[in-house]
Amino acid sequence: MKRKKVNVAVTGLNNVDSPGPGIPVVRGLLDSKEYDVRIIGLSYDALEPGIYMHELIAKTYQIPLPSAGQNSLMERLRYINSIEKIDVIIPNFDAELFNFIKLADTLEMELGIRSFLPTLEQFEERQKYNLPEFGKKYDINIPKSKTIHSVAEIKNLYQEFTYPLVVKGKFYDASVAYNADQATSYFHKISSKWGLPIIIQEFTYGTEVNVTAVGDGRGNTIGAVPMRKQFITDKGKAWAGITLEDGDLMDLTRKLMKNSKWKGPCELEMIRTNEGEIYLIEINPRFPAWVYLAVGAGQNHPEALLKLALGEKVKPFTKYETGKMFIRYSYDMICDLKEFETISTLGEL
Amino acid sequence: MKKLQYERPLIQRLNTGLMNKFGMKTEYTPHTHIDEVSVKSLIKEFGSPLFVISEKTIRNTYKEANRAFKTRYPKVQFAWSYKTNYINAVCNVFHQEGSWAEVVSGFEYHKALNNGVPGSKIIFNGPDKSEDDLRAAINNESPIHIDHLDELYHLNELAVEMNKRPKVAIRVNMDTGVYPMWDRFGFNYENGQAWDAINKIILADKLDLVGLHSHIGTFMLSPSAYGVAASKLSDLALGIKKKYKKNILYLDMGGGFASKNTLKGSFLQGVDTNPNFDQFAEAISTAILNAGFGTDELPLLVLETGRALIDDAGYLLGSVISNKRLSDGRRATILDFGVNVMFTSFWYDHKISPAQDFGNYTEDSVLYGPLCMNIDVIREHITLPPLKRNDHVVVHTVGAYNMTQWMQFIALRPAVVMIDMKNKVHLIRKRENLEYLEACEVKPDYLKSFKL
Amino acid sequence: MKIKKNIALSDTGFVFNPASGDSFSVNPIGLEIMKLLQENKSHEVIKKHLLETYSVDKDTIEKDFYDFAKMLEQFKVTESDEKKES
Repeated sequence: MKRKKVNVAVTGLNNVDSPGPGIPVVRGLLDSKEYDVRIIGLSYDALEPGIYMHELIAKTYQIPLPSAGQNSLMERLRYINSIEKIDVIIPNFDAELFNFIKLADTLEMELGIRSFLPTLEQFEERQKYNLPEFGKKYDINIPKSKTIHSVAEIKNLYQEFTYPLVVKGKFYDASVAYNADQATSYFHKISSKWGLPIIIQEFTYGTEVNVTAVGDGRGNTIGAVPMRKQFITDKGKAWAGITLEDGDLMDLTRKLMKNSKWKGPCELEMIRTNEGEIYLIEINPRFPAWVYLAVGAGQNHPEALLKLALGEKVKPFTKYETGKMFIRYSYDMICDLKEFETISTLGEL
Repeated sequence: MKKLQYERPLIQRLNTGLMNKFGMKTEYTPHTHIDEVSVKSLIKEFGSPLFVISEKTIRNTYKEANRAFKTRYPKVQFAWSYKTNYINAVCNVFHQEGSWAEVVSGFEYHKALNNGVPGSKIIFNGPDKSEDDLRAAINNESPIHIDHLDELYHLNELAVEMNKRPKVAIRVNMDTGVYPMWDRFGFNYENGQAWDAINKIILADKLDLVGLHSHIGTFMLSPSAYGVAASKLSDLALGIKKKYKKNILYLDMGGGFASKNTLKGSFLQGVDTNPNFDQFAEAISTAILNAGFGTDELPLLVLETGRALIDDAGYLLGSVISNKRLSDGRRATILDFGVNVMFTSFWYDHKISPAQDFGNYTEDSVLYGPLCMNIDVIREHITLPPLKRNDHVVVHTVGAYNMTQWMQFIALRPAVVMIDMKNKVHLIRKRENLEYLEACEVKPDYLKSFKL
Repeated sequence: MKIKKNIALSDTGFVFNPASGDSFSVNPIGLEIMKLLQENKSHEVIKKHLLETYSVDKDTIEKDFYDFAKMLEQFKVTESDEKKES
C-alpha cells in the first residue's frame, strides 16, 4: 500500500536525561504504515538533541519561547509554514500548550495546520489546583487536597490531614513533608519558585502507575496503555518501565475519558493503594516521554493522534501486549560545529 | 555616495536556555505612529516624556465592553471610575458614551459635578467621605455606598437633620474563592454583617436602600469569582425582597477586571491569557439571570470597570538619555521617565517598543528611569534593538492609574495629549512647571531672604 | 588590540573561540569591525572607515567602539598588542 505523504511539526526535541516527548512521538509517527510522515522539528534551544537527528527530523526551526506571546509564535509559524507546508502540529510541552490551544483555530483556518489538543476548559480544569473539583465533577478519586495561600495555614493542617502530606507547587514540584516544620520549609521553597497557591495533598501509600491515553473528544478512548516504572532516575523520571494488565486502571481511564470527553493525548499519573483503590494524582495534557512503549506494545498513539487531527475516523485499540518493557539509554551524538552555528545564527537547520 | 544606516556593534554570548530571538520580533516591532500621528512629531511639539491617549481606543473598548454585557443582560449601566484616570477630557469621553461617574473622594465628586454629570448619576464610594461630602451627595440625590457602621449612623443623623431620605447602597465583601479576600471594605456576607447593616437601614427607615455593591479585588484573572459575587449579591437582594417586600434597584459589581498588561512573574503574556469582557460578562449575567428574579424585577447591573476600559488607550512616549554597561556586562538604558510617572511598572512588565526602525539584532537590557534612586527600574529584563541617545520609545497600556498615581518627585509631571477620532491632537493636561509646583506653597516673611 | 589568531569568524556572524569553546553572535557592523581587527587595522583606521561608511557622528562611533572593544576584551576574544600568543 502506498503511504500518504504528510508534514508534521513536532516540539519537545530535548531528548536529554530528563527527556521531552518529542523524539518518542516522532518515532511513533515514522512507524506509521499508512502515512509517509515528514517531520519538521520545532525547537526552543540550539542544543536540543532532536535538531541534530537528521535520520528522524527533516528540518528544524527555532520558535520563540512561550513567554514571548502568541503573536510572536504565530508570526514564526507563518514563516515556517510558507516553506514547509505543515499539515499537522503536535506540541509536547506543558508550558507551550496554552498558546497552541488558543491558536488552534487560527492555525487551522489561516494556515491549514491541524492539531488535536484538549479544549481550553479541559486544560484548565485538570490544573493541579483544580484537580479536587475535577475529581468531583467526573467522579474520580483524588487524594484529599487543600489550596493554601499562607504559611499561617500550615499550623492548622493537622485538623484535616495527617502527616506525612505532600506539598505541591502550582505547576511543578512536590515534596513529602513529615511534620509542620518541613511543610513550612517546602512551602517557602516551592512558592518562591512557582508562586502561590500551594497545594497540600494527602499522602497516598501505594504503587504509582501511569497511563498514556488518547481521547477522541467525544468520550471514546482511542488508546490506553498502563505502565509501571521499574526504576527511576534521581530526577524521578522513568528509567525503565513495563506494561501492565490492569482492568481497574483501564476502567478508570475509560471513565475519565468518557465523563470529561477528553480530547487529544494525555498521561494519567495514579496511585494504587495497598487496599486496591486507585487515586488520580495528576493529568498531563500531552504525551508522556515513554509513549513509544505504547507503540512497542501494539498501540501507536502518535499515529492515532495524527489521524484524529486529519479528521479521519479512528478505530479504538482493543488490546496491547502486557509485559513489554522499555529501558531508556543515553547516546552521545557526534555533531559538527557548523550545524550548531547554523541553528544558532539562522534559526533553522 | 549615500551612507549606510548605522547600528551599534553588538556581540553576545550564545547561551543555552536563554530567550532565543527567532520570531520574537513583535515585542520590538517599531511603533512609529499612534493613530497615524508620528511619535516623533508628538515629542517635538509637546516634549518628552509625554502621555498620549487614543480617543478611538477608548470608544472602541467601551463599545466592546458594552456589547459584551448588553447582549447578555437587559439592563446595564457603566460608571466611570474617576480614580483610574480623572483627567476631565478622558472622563467626558466616557460620559459621552453614556457612563455615569463613580467617585471615592470629595474632590472627585466635585470634578464629576463640574464635568456636568447629574448628581443622581454619581456613585459615591469609599471609606472616607466628609460630612460636607455627604451633605452634598444627599442634596444631589447621589447614591451613597456605605462602607462602615459609623457612616451608616452618621447618614441616619444627617437624614433627620436635613429632612431628606438619602439614596444608599451597602458595600458587601465576601469570599469568592480568590486570594487575597478584600474584607476591609464594606460589610461581610458570610458572617452576617451585611444582613445586619441591611436590617439596620430598613428598620430605622431613614435611608432609601436602592442598591447592593461589591468590589472583590483588583486585576482579577478569574471571571468565575465574579459569578460567585453576583450570586451572593443576588441572594441578598432576593432575601430583602422576601423579608421586606422591597425591590433592590441595582447590583453594582464594582470593577477590578484585568487589562491586557502582563503581571510581573507571570510566564505567559497578559494579552494572551487575561480574560476578555465576554468572559466576565458571561459569568456575571449568568449568575444574576439564574438567581431567581422575576423578569420585571431584574436589577440594573452597574459596572465600575476602570482599568480594563482605559489601560489600552494610554501610551507613554519617552527618550533615551544614555546607555551604559553594568559591572556584569549587561546593557542598561536610561530613559527620561521613571517610576515617578509610571507607577504601574512596579507590578507589570510593560510592553515597550522602540519608535524608530532598526535592524534584526537585539540585546538584553535593563531599563532605568532618570531618578537618582535605586528602585527606579522600568523593566528588569527586556530584549530590545540597540537604542541610541535621543531615540524614542513607546510604552503600551499605561492608561490606568498612572495619570492619577504619578508623583511629583525629582521631576515634574509631563503633558498629556489626546488624539481624537479624526487623528487630531489635543493637549488635555499641560506639562507642569515651577510656577504650578509653587502655587500652593506659602513662604513665611522671615524666610523670604538670606545671605550666603 | 587584536583578535586572537585562532578565533573563527563566519559570515553569518557566528564567532567561535576554540580555546575556550565559547561561541558568540555579532551583528553585521560588529562582524565588520572584528574582521578589520583581524587584518591588524588600527582603531583609528577602523573608526575612520565606519565614519565614512555609515550615517553616524564621530562621538557615537567613539562611544560605541569603546564599548564594543570592552566587550571583546571581556569575552576574551582579543589580545593586547604586546603579548604574543602562547
